[in-house]
Amino acid sequence: MKQKIYQILGFSIITACVVITLFFLASIIYLITVKGFHSISWEFLTSIPRKSMTEGGVAPAILGTFYLVIGSILIALPLGVACAIYLNEYSPTGYMVNIIRMSINNLAGVPSVVFGLFGLAVFVNLFGFGVSILSGSLTLAMLILPSIISASQEALMAVPYSIREASLALGATHWQTIKKTVLPTAMPGIMTGVILSIGRAAGETAPILFTAATFYRRSYPSSILDETMALPYHIYALMTEGTHPDKQVAIAYGCALILLVLVLLVSAFAIIIRNKYRSGYVH
Amino acid sequence: MYNGKEKFIKLIFTVLAFSSLLFLLGIIVVLFKESFPILKNIKIFDFIFGIHWYPTHEPPEYGILPLITASFWVTLGAMIVCIPLGIGSALYINELASPRQKQILKPTIEILAGIPSIVFGFFGMLIVAPFLQNLFNIPTGLCAFTASLVLGIMAIPTVTSLAEDALSFVPKSFKEASYALGANRWQTLVKVIIPASMSGISTSIILGMSRIVGETMTVLMVSGGSAIIPKSIFDPVRPMTSTIAAEMGESAVGSEHYHALFAIGLILFLITLIFNVIAEHISKKHRVKLGLNR
Repeated sequence: MKQKIYQILGFSIITACVVITLFFLASIIYLITVKGFHSISWEFLTSIPRKSMTEGGVAPAILGTFYLVIGSILIALPLGVACAIYLNEYSPTGYMVNIIRMSINNLAGVPSVVFGLFGLAVFVNLFGFGVSILSGSLTLAMLILPSIISASQEALMAVPYSIREASLALGATHWQTIKKTVLPTAMPGIMTGVILSIGRAAGETAPILFTAATFYRRSYPSSILDETMALPYHIYALMTEGTHPDKQVAIAYGCALILLVLVLLVSAFAIIIRNKYRSGYVH
Repeated sequence: MYNGKEKFIKLIFTVLAFSSLLFLLGIIVVLFKESFPILKNIKIFDFIFGIHWYPTHEPPEYGILPLITASFWVTLGAMIVCIPLGIGSALYINELASPRQKQILKPTIEILAGIPSIVFGFFGMLIVAPFLQNLFNIPTGLCAFTASLVLGIMAIPTVTSLAEDALSFVPKSFKEASYALGANRWQTLVKVIIPASMSGISTSIILGMSRIVGETMTVLMVSGGSAIIPKSIFDPVRPMTSTIAAEMGESAVGSEHYHALFAIGLILFLITLIFNVIAEHISKKHRVKLGLNR
């Protein structure tokens, strides 16, 4: 009898945990959606800011985030996939591989602001790229590299050995096997990792704080060496700088909603295709 | 001819694979190199245990104890929020949720883990802080307590997702054996499943902690930003990450202040590195214990 009461009590507590958690997270999404919805209009999405950030749209920030995401994916995707191919296809064991694995794991845990410091010291100052889209993309690329590597590795590992053996038995070389059979099979998994990284790169603020972002530009960036506005930084700047806090808050809500929708849609998309793809495999 | 080409391709992949190692080493080298000059004028003891952080005063003082204390308390507070809620939710998803609920809850939590920290900061600043200010009748809602609460909520999906993975790795036979001995579901959960996945659960907690310590934008926006050693949980504080983010923009490249901020970055890096090494060590042991690594 006593045990039964414990069970009811225990189960109620863990049910309460999940309810509280979902309540918190849902209320964040709900409040931002409701309050941000008023700010969103076609003009908001497509025009540049006017009257020192109190009117107009946020198109340069949306475009800036787009550039930074594309830039960082272009850098991190080939590097990350190559690294995963090496770890999984060429050198499955050994001392050096363990060291690489360890450094990837630790790189994944480095605080994003520390990546920002690295980007500032190396890309902005040492390489002389200045505060620019290029520096920001490189910094963000380092940040998302570990997750692209582990997603790619997981995808490569899920490719059944029989596929490789079949290809090798037909006389294909090691590289031909990887290029023609392993990579195409692993592609959905790799793309999931990439899509998740898009969400991460779009939302990160600390790494671009000193490497790419600026509060206000009169024109759209014209080269990769220009500094740029970006959505997450724009939210921060609207809340902490400027002279008309009341008008800026409404714009910030709009930006937060755009960012939230963007990131949630992107990661939902990635997770749904990953789950589909995972359950479809026979090991 | 094929042989040469194959070797060349392998070489390219090897070189690219080592770039991640290079990046990690690069971060370490840069952090050491850029923070070392601060020790020319300040003793390391005074830097870490000094209680005054006045980088813009004349003469400036660089004591980071208030920043370390702030990071410590904010992290501790956030852990108090996110451990019970995070682990509790994981237990629910693993044990109580129907297959259909599980199918929805698990990906939902994973998707929520991707909400950018700036959104949490924004939410904390505009909604949580004024609410708590009224509730507790305190001078400002931007304080250590609010930062802990918002950070704690932010870290829940990460902890839940990792802890649920750990719980689901426990072999079904453990559960069946316990039922066969007459234990009920709760007894089985507490006495068999949780102990068996304890190391995985602790890994999830350490990784959650590592995320909280390194979190920047949320604390920058909601912690209040005054660099003093807090006397109560409702004092505004300035953790290490937000100090770097707030002050790097105004410090001249190569100045003492610039180097001091890099030194804070180095300490932050070392703290999270230690967390990650511990987490990795525990999870390796865990996999061996459950026989997953053979």
